[in-house]
Amino acid sequence: MTMTARATEPRRNSVPVTAEEAAALEQTWRDPSGIYGWLAAINHKAIGRRFIVTAFGFFVAGGLLAAAMRLQLARPDNRLIGPDLYNQIFTMHGTTMMFLFAVPVMQAMSVYLVPLMIGSRSVAFPRMNAYAYWIYLFGGLMLYVAFALNIGPDAGWFAYVPLSGPDFSPGKRVDFWAQLITFTELSGLLEAVILVTTVFKLRTPGMTLNRLPLFVWGMLVTAFMVMFALPAVMLASTALITDRLVGTHFYNPAEGGDAMLWQHLFWFFGHPEVYLIFIPGLGFMSAIIPTFSRRPIYGYSAMVISLIATAFLAFGLWVHHMFATNLPELGKSFFTAASMMIAIPSAVQIYCWIATLWTGRLVLRTPLLFVLAFFFVLVLGGMTGLMLASVPLDLQVHDTYFVVAHLHYVLIGGAVFPLFGAFYYWFPKITGRMLSERLGRWNFWLFLIGFNVTFFPMHLLGVQGMPRRVYTYPVEMGWGGLNAIASLGALTIAISMLLFVVNVWRSLRHGAPAGANPWNAGTLEWATSSPPPACNFEAIPVVAGRDPLWEPGGQASLVRGLSVDSREVLMTTVLDAAPESREAFPEPTIWPMVGALATTVLFVGSIFTPWAVVWASVPVGIALTAWFWPRRPENRAHLALERAP
Amino acid sequence: MIAADANEARPARVAAPDVADATSTVDVRELPSFGFSHRSLMWWGTAGLMAIESTVFGLAIVMYFYLRVHVERWPPSTPPPDLFWGTLNTAILVVSTWPNHLAKRAAERLDRRGVQVWLTVCLAFGMAFLAVRGFELTALNVRWDSDAYGSIVWLLMALHTTHLVTDTWDTTVLDVLFFTGPLEGKRYVDVSENALYWYFVVISWLPIYAVVYLAPRG
Repeated sequence: MTMTARATEPRRNSVPVTAEEAAALEQTWRDPSGIYGWLAAINHKAIGRRFIVTAFGFFVAGGLLAAAMRLQLARPDNRLIGPDLYNQIFTMHGTTMMFLFAVPVMQAMSVYLVPLMIGSRSVAFPRMNAYAYWIYLFGGLMLYVAFALNIGPDAGWFAYVPLSGPDFSPGKRVDFWAQLITFTELSGLLEAVILVTTVFKLRTPGMTLNRLPLFVWGMLVTAFMVMFALPAVMLASTALITDRLVGTHFYNPAEGGDAMLWQHLFWFFGHPEVYLIFIPGLGFMSAIIPTFSRRPIYGYSAMVISLIATAFLAFGLWVHHMFATNLPELGKSFFTAASMMIAIPSAVQIYCWIATLWTGRLVLRTPLLFVLAFFFVLVLGGMTGLMLASVPLDLQVHDTYFVVAHLHYVLIGGAVFPLFGAFYYWFPKITGRMLSERLGRWNFWLFLIGFNVTFFPMHLLGVQGMPRRVYTYPVEMGWGGLNAIASLGALTIAISMLLFVVNVWRSLRHGAPAGANPWNAGTLEWATSSPPPACNFEAIPVVAGRDPLWEPGGQASLVRGLSVDSREVLMTTVLDAAPESREAFPEPTIWPMVGALATTVLFVGSIFTPWAVVWASVPVGIALTAWFWPRRPENRAHLALERAP
Repeated sequence: MIAADANEARPARVAAPDVADATSTVDVRELPSFGFSHRSLMWWGTAGLMAIESTVFGLAIVMYFYLRVHVERWPPSTPPPDLFWGTLNTAILVVSTWPNHLAKRAAERLDRRGVQVWLTVCLAFGMAFLAVRGFELTALNVRWDSDAYGSIVWLLMALHTTHLVTDTWDTTVLDVLFFTGPLEGKRYVDVSENALYWYFVVISWLPIYAVVYLAPRG
C-alpha cells in the first residue's frame, strides 16, 4: 500500500468484502505488536479485555482480604489479625470491591461489548478509553502498594469524618484512600462520556433507540447516572484531602465546617452507586434471559422505562444511609417513601423476565443458572432492604451484621451472579472457546451454597447485636457458632472461585471452539466471528429489528464504502440511526499511557506536597498535547478521505 | 446520498453465516467525513464534560450555602472579597464571548485565516483574565485555612481557575496548530467545540461570581 495509491483513490470495502479488503481492514484496525504496541493499544477489545482481567484481579484481591477477615472471625477471641491490620483489611476490602471492582468491571464489559452490540468498529474516543484504563490500573496499584507498605487506608470504605479527618487519622493512610477515589472516579467519568457518545452516535444504520439491546440501555442509563453521581464523591474526597493537607475546614466544626456535609456528599454518590452496580446487572439479565428462553424479551418498553425510573429514584435515596443521624423526621419519611418506591420499577423488570422465562423454552446452561440465582438472592436482599428503609428498624440494626448481610445479598445477588452469568455467556465471543459446562455447574452450585452459608447467618448475628467492623468478639457473646458457619461458607466461595479460574485457564487452551453464535442468540455481537476481527465487522450489518439475528427476513443489508486503509467509522443520527457521516478515527499511540503516568505522578505527588499539583501539571500538559497533535502521514490519509458537509 | 442497490450480487463472503442472505447494501462513500454541532463526536464529548462539571459547580455552590446556614455571621470574621478585580474579570469574560463567537463562525465556514485571527484574539483574552485572576485571588480577604467560609470560597475559585487554565491551554494548542498545520476538516470542528466549552466556562462563572462576591453582601 503506497502513499500515492492512497492519495489517488482510497480503497473502500465492497459487499461482499473481498479477502484482500478483509486483510487490509485487519491490518488497519489491529494494535501494533511488541511491548511498545501493547502500551500503545487503543482497540476497544484489547482495552476491554485488559479492563475485565484487571477488575477480576482486584475482585480476587478483595476476596482474599474477605477470606482473611472470615479466618479471623471464625472463632471468638482470635488473635490471628490485630485490630490495626483488621481495620486496614476491611477498608481495603470495601474500597476494592466498590471502587476497583464493581463499577469498573461493568464499564469494562461495556467497553468490550457495546460496540459489537451496536454494530460499530470502535468506541468513541478510543485513546481516551485507553487513558481511562491506565488511570484505573495505576490508581489500583497505588492503593495496593500503600497497603503493602502498611499505609493502607483504615477508616472504612466510606471514610466518615471526623474519624478520617486530620485529628483522628494522622499519617498518610486516608490520603491514599482519597486519591484512589480521584483515580477511579476520573476513569469512571471518562468511560461514561465515552459510552454515552458511543451509543448515541456510533449505532449501525437502522438501530433506532427503540431497537437498542436492553444491556446497552442499561449501560447508557448507568453512564448518565455516573455523570451526576461521581462528581459528589470527587468533591467530597478533594475537600477531605485539603482538610488533611492544607488546613481547610470543610469538615471541622470548630471553624464553621460540618461533619454531616461529608455524609451528604458521600451518600449522594453512594446510593446511586449501588444502582451503578445493579443496573448493569439487570442489563446482563436482559441479554441472557431471551437467549436461553428462545424468545424475544417480554415488555421491552416497560423494561426501558423501568431502568430510567430506577435511575431517577436512585438519587432520592441517599439519606436512608443516614437514618441514625439527627436529621428532621419528616425528611426521613420522604426518603423512606422513595426507598419503598424504587421497588416498583425493579418489580416490573422482574415480572417481565419471569414472563419471558415462563413463555419461553428454557435451555438450562450455566449462564441461565446464574441468572436464576439472581431471583432468589436478590429478592432476599430486597426484602431486608425494605426492612432497613423503615427508620425504627434501621436504628435497631444500624452498623450491625444485618446491614452487612443485606448489602452482600443485594450486591452479589444483584450484580455478581448476573456478572458471572455474563462471563459464561460472552466468554466464547471474547476468546473463541466455550467454558466447560461441568466445571461451570460446580462453580455455580458451590458459589450459591457458599454465598448463602456465609451471609445468611449474618442476618441473625446482626439481630443478636454483633456490630460490623470488630476484629474479634468475646466467647460469652455466643456469636461463635454462626461465625464459624459463615467462615465455612466463605471457604466454599473461595473453592468455587478457584474452580472458575481453573475453568477459564483450561478452556483458553482446550475449550470447545465456539463459532460465531454458539447460543443462537439474537443480538449483533453474535453476527461476527469469535473472537471478532480487529475491525469487529468486515462489513457493518444494517438492522431492521430488536433481535437482528432472529429477524424472519434475515440480515437486512450491509454497509459498503468505508475505508479499509484508515480507521473510518460510520456515524448515525441520535434517534433514528440514519447514516450521517463517516469519521476517520485516530491511530494507536503511547501518549494516553504516558499521560496516565504523568497524571499518576500528579495525584500521588499531591499526597506529599500540594505543589505537585502545579509542577506535575507540566508533564501532564505535555503528554496530553502530544496525544492530540496530529501526525502528517495520518493526516494525509484522512485528507484523501475528506468530504466537507 | 444513500444508494440501496437492490440488485447487488448476493454476497459470497460475509462476516458470519447467520447474516449471509444480504440482498442490498447501504453505500456510505458519499457521506461527509465530519460535521459540526451535534453531528460531531466532539460535541457530545464536550457536552458530557459540561454535564459533569456543571454538577461539580452546582454541588460546590450547595456546599457554600450548606456551610452558611451553620454559622451566625457570614463571612464569619473577615470582610467580603473586594469587588473590583472580580467584577473586572467578569466583564473581560463576558466580552471574550464575542471573539469566541467569531472564531466559532470562522471555523464553521472552514475559514483558516479567520480562525487564526479570532483564536489569537481569544488567546489574548485568556491571558488577560488569567492575569486578572491572579489579582482577584489576592483580594478575597480570606485564606483557605482561616475558616470553612475561606475554604469554600477558595474551592470555588480553584475549580473555576482550573477551567480557565485548561481552556486557555486548549486554545493555545489549537491556535498554534492552525498556523503550523497539519489541518483537516475535523480540526475546524475542534475549534467550534472549543468555543462551546469557552461559553461554558464564561456562563458557569456568572453564578460563581454571584456566590463569591454578592452572597457575602446579601
